[in-house]
Amino acid sequence: MSDHSVQTMKYGAKPKTLKSYLTGLFLSLVFTFIAFTLIGKHLLGVEASYITLTALAVAQLFAQVICFLRLNVSQEGQWNTMPFIFTFVIVGILVGGSLWIMYNLNVNMM
Amino acid sequence: MTALSTTDHHDHHLDNDSIDVFGFWIYIMTDCILFATLFAAFAVLHTNSFTGPTLKQLISLPYVLGETMFLLASSFTYGLAMLGVYKNSRARALFWLFVTFVLGLSFVVMEVREFIHLYADGNSWHVSAAISSFFTLVGTHGTHVSIGLIWMAFMMFQLIKYGTSPAVNKRLTYLGLFWHFLDIVWIFVFTIVYLMSSI
Repeated sequence: MSDHSVQTMKYGAKPKTLKSYLTGLFLSLVFTFIAFTLIGKHLLGVEASYITLTALAVAQLFAQVICFLRLNVSQEGQWNTMPFIFTFVIVGILVGGSLWIMYNLNVNMM
Repeated sequence: MTALSTTDHHDHHLDNDSIDVFGFWIYIMTDCILFATLFAAFAVLHTNSFTGPTLKQLISLPYVLGETMFLLASSFTYGLAMLGVYKNSRARALFWLFVTFVLGLSFVVMEVREFIHLYADGNSWHVSAAISSFFTLVGTHGTHVSIGLIWMAFMMFQLIKYGTSPAVNKRLTYLGLFWHFLDIVWIFVFTIVYLMSSI
């Protein structure tokens, strides 16, 4: 696999190597199995479950974005990473805002 | 898709291919917002099961774990296909693309079976807002995966016909972004829709 190192940055993504894919797969498997085991066997309380699940999902998001999509903060990679971050701001406003409004609506309708 | 590719000059800063792929990336990001709206709808409505069953009663976690494994494995094998493309090995690229296709198809078949099962038990989308939002979110994801599969079938034909040409290479890059993106959306589907409903 020596010629992997020759592969240069492509379309602003870091070089895709077997190692990066294997790392991504391994991390995703670990996070997935932890999540399913915790909920399947009811190992945590309600509140702790929500927090742990969110943390595991975000961890897996990072694992796949970095190892599979190869997003990065290099000069060229920023072109892809900035819209990605911007999208997450929009997603945050959209989902957070909806939940906030609907929660208040529910409380005030009681 | 018809733009002539500037072969072997990917080190050049703003070649056409890079701009094309960037454009596709922007599309992926807008798709992300589409899914965000459906997640917001699900988050608001998931407890509104009216007189019907709650989602917790309808979900089988081992089954979802199986679906997750298929999709995750397909994301990984797609990467192996791309490595084959980079090495100009058509046979390797085709083999892994085929494996990816089979894994993706298994995922879709499992999901369709789940939907048919729910429908047959009388728990279809008109029963309650919760199940309605469930079908919309999971169904939209499943539709994306199905479209990705059709696309992948076309790419396999192109690989057979044209080999690992620069144009095919670029199209496979688009599909790769799309496919990995769908697996990332699925992380949140299984976490929020399936696991959090089962707490």
